[in-house]
Amino acid sequence: MISSIIFILLISAGSTWFIFNAKKVRRNILLGKDVDRKDNSAMRLKIMTLVALGQKKMFARPMPALLHLFLYAAFVITQIELIEIFIDGAFASHRIFRPFLGSFYTILISFIEILSVLAFIGTIAFLARRNLLKVPRLVKNELNGWPKIDANTILFAEIILICCIFMMNGADEVLYSKGKSHALNLNDASFGFSISSLLGPILFGGFSENSLHIIERIGWWGHIIMVFSFLNYLPYSKHFHVLLAFPNVYFSNLNPAGKFTNLESVSNEVKAMFDPSFIPAPASTELPTRFGAKEVTDLSWKQLLDAYSCTECGRCTDSCPANITGKLLSPRKIMMDTRDRLEEVGKNIDTNGTFKDDGKSLLGNYITHEELWACTSCNACVDACPINIDPLSIITDMRRFIVMEESAAPTELNGMFTNIENNGAPWQFSQSDRLNWSTE
Amino acid sequence: MEALKVYTMADYTAKGETPEILFWVGCAGSFDDRAKKITKAIVKILNHANVKFAVLGTEESCTGDPAKRAGNEFLFQMQVMGNVSILNGYNVKKIVTGCPHCFNTLKNEYPSLGGNYEVIHHTQLMQELLNSGRIKIEGGAFKGKKITFHDPCYLGRGNDVYEAPREVMINLDADLAEMKRSKAKGLCCGAGGSQMFKEAEKGNKEINIERTEEALALNPDIIAVGCPFCNTMMTDGVKHFNKEETVKVLDVAELIAHANKL
Ligand code: SF4
Ligand code: SF4
Repeated sequence: MISSIIFILLISAGSTWFIFNAKKVRRNILLGKDVDRKDNSAMRLKIMTLVALGQKKMFARPMPALLHLFLYAAFVITQIELIEIFIDGAFASHRIFRPFLGSFYTILISFIEILSVLAFIGTIAFLARRNLLKVPRLVKNELNGWPKIDANTILFAEIILICCIFMMNGADEVLYSKGKSHALNLNDASFGFSISSLLGPILFGGFSENSLHIIERIGWWGHIIMVFSFLNYLPYSKHFHVLLAFPNVYFSNLNPAGKFTNLESVSNEVKAMFDPSFIPAPASTELPTRFGAKEVTDLSWKQLLDAYSCTECGRCTDSCPANITGKLLSPRKIMMDTRDRLEEVGKNIDTNGTFKDDGKSLLGNYITHEELWACTSCNACVDACPINIDPLSIITDMRRFIVMEESAAPTELNGMFTNIENNGAPWQFSQSDRLNWSTE
Repeated sequence: MEALKVYTMADYTAKGETPEILFWVGCAGSFDDRAKKITKAIVKILNHANVKFAVLGTEESCTGDPAKRAGNEFLFQMQVMGNVSILNGYNVKKIVTGCPHCFNTLKNEYPSLGGNYEVIHHTQLMQELLNSGRIKIEGGAFKGKKITFHDPCYLGRGNDVYEAPREVMINLDADLAEMKRSKAKGLCCGAGGSQMFKEAEKGNKEINIERTEEALALNPDIIAVGCPFCNTMMTDGVKHFNKEETVKVLDVAELIAHANKL
């Protein structure tokens, strides 16, 4: 009875806190400008199924993809077991599904156990890749400090969680074989779970009945506490991607990657110059605050969702020609900076009611001109991202601000602009010489 | 060698005729000495296949692509307005470009600003001409030669065109070797995003050196490209490694023109 109350309190508090934080994230994302990504839902569902659910792009690198798949599959399938844990927790029952599901229950839990072992292997391998092997993309500068702690924390938590599962199942197996488990006795000798029916007796065979019950409870409570800690940790972590990857991929850019947006605010001015009688459509008469992006609020909600979804895996940076050749630019850092600044803006709003100027901005305080000008707009980062994040669109929007609002393009580029303006070519050649090649 | 037959849209209009296709030469193709050779190779192929094509000549202006990638959306859209009024004035329906950057912007970014055309890259045109039997490719000159193709970003990743250049080159009877980073994983030559027009930011290597190194590791006879800017970058890279005597950087159009002794 008392345990049911504690359980229900824990679940309510855990859920409420998560919803509270998730709402803040949603509010932050919606600080972004509108962009229409609601068209073509059939196509979007298909891409979401392939890329988010099916992890299609992960398999460009088979080894980490496989290890990640272990964790991912274990994560997804454990949700089924959680349903039972919820019911058991609330009604003080024990393995309530077992009598109903019979041998299917054994198969299900066995499957979960096998995936948990694979996830354990995956986790150890990930820890090693990050901390011992120092895979280049996992030890770059932008990961120093919190991002590194974040990555390792979750891996350790994963190990604790898996240990809890085997404490819970292993001890219960031993108890059941002694006829002492709280689970309904179905007159069989063992639960027959794939791993813990073997591991249980080895680890816990010599323990007293009392100790076994304690171990089982520690495992059970540890499991659910880890799950709720994880849930509430998500909004502060790159691991938010376990939830956000799905909407993020659903709202992917469906246009060819080479197609950049045409700024409508610019079109209105240009059309007005060419045709003085031009009147922009009413929807677009609202003047934009500025051309391009200086601040996170100048970006679109999709770009901000991208930032919250980023897994910090560095596949983008690893394929970036600028980064490969030692330039300051790292597309992953662009995404991390965007999220950090957005969080800062969000906290500012929480404290002050509305945003109060803090003298900072995404451009300048987080992302520098030097980084932005190193981009070749090659789309390698966009192609590499396993969850269809588009760092290039942010880079482009910030270049637009630098050029059109600050007039601070590199000198050579200003020369190029002047040439195009005056002679219709980026170099100093006269337009009247354009056909000379045909007779040379 | 036969003289090139090149007519402008104005010529056709004066004759009261309509060409099949407009050849958008582009700024590099018009002014850069190396790229002009590619332009001529494309024209030779078009002449050879008896394609009735036109150029805009002195009426052509920059598509605005370099301005757009650099963030100058104003200048880009100004260029679009000018070009669209000329193209629409001539009632142009189909365009072939000699440059993936012109190709990308005309195809993707012009429509919402009033310029709706069917736009193809010159490697796609060659593929069409081959498939319809209007040209044949005699492999002779390149038989057994090792060729590696460097994917232009705005043709490949930008627009998912990977097969056209390869299908065309298959007819050369050459040994087509792929770099480790090819197709969607291809590495940029370093010229895109307006980098062509400025010094690179500080780093420890030039991008074109990184890319050329990868190509040279295959010991190719020819590095094939489909973009005048990639051409410059890879040519400079080959010179950097003092390999210009043994390794040629050639556009797919030049390979085809040469194979046909045009
Ligand atoms: S588009 Fe820019 S940021 Fe992305 S990989 Fe290419 S150079 Fe790097
Ligand atoms: S943007 Fe994509 S590829 Fe880059 S670090 Fe984030 S999740 Fe990974």
